[in-house]
Amino acid sequence: MDPALDDLFRALADPTRRDILRRSVRTEPSVSRLAEAYPMSFAAVQKHVAVLQRAGLVTKERRGREQIVRTDPGALQHARHALDELEALWRGRVDRMSDLLAQDPGSEATPPTGEHQR
Amino acid sequence: MSVTSLDSDLDSLTVTLIADFDAPAERVWELWADPRQLERWWGPPTHPATVEEHDLSDGGKVTYFMTGPEGERYRGWWQVTSAEPPKSLEVTDGFADDDGVPNADMPTTDMRMELSDHEGGTRMTLRSRFGSKEQMEELTAMGMLEGLREAVGQMDALLR
Repeated sequence: MDPALDDLFRALADPTRRDILRRSVRTEPSVSRLAEAYPMSFAAVQKHVAVLQRAGLVTKERRGREQIVRTDPGALQHARHALDELEALWRGRVDRMSDLLAQDPGSEATPPTGEHQR
Repeated sequence: MSVTSLDSDLDSLTVTLIADFDAPAERVWELWADPRQLERWWGPPTHPATVEEHDLSDGGKVTYFMTGPEGERYRGWWQVTSAEPPKSLEVTDGFADDDGVPNADMPTTDMRMELSDHEGGTRMTLRSRFGSKEQMEELTAMGMLEGLREAVGQMDALLR
């Protein structure tokens, strides 16, 4: 796993940050609008946004006196792709373990074809 | 038989994989305890694993590398916390640099593997979580599969 991906996962590990992402997909809320939605300080919300921004999940743009937050769909796809790969890795490992066990003499496992291949 | 379930708990930052095998626990244990057998399933076919050190006793160490299609090598290690053959194995799993030195910049995972009798075969339960309390914030490779997938999936749905 590359360090950038680690940042990405760390950013996604928090429920508030996931909620901020969801809110910033459709609408483009300002940091102060977001801060009104959570029982925490403006500074705390700003910190969450900064973590998301570092991970490349959102962009922040100054508009007048407001800071507008926007979710980057490309980064989400990157995360999903990485997860697919990790899941495939473990499913593959378990499949290979099963295959090895099936090669044991006296194993009751039936080959998929129903015939022994030699 | 393959993976029965794969779940993650976002709050405790653990992921649990359950797989059932049609073989006794002693036999499934060998897949972990015999380095030559471990090599045959740990790495994907495109990145076969070569196990160098392999000591599955308490405090022991396992080191390995996986070789990619272009000959590139990815090194990893396990530090064994506890081993109770053929029932349970607990290791910290991490990455290493080209010289085999553990890479402190990369996340580590605590992995606990348990084997139990299940319907005439063996159930393997694999639980992965963060290496330490300080690392609770650090997601790891195995860390989040389903929970993150769900979170990301929900966001995907919003994007459509």
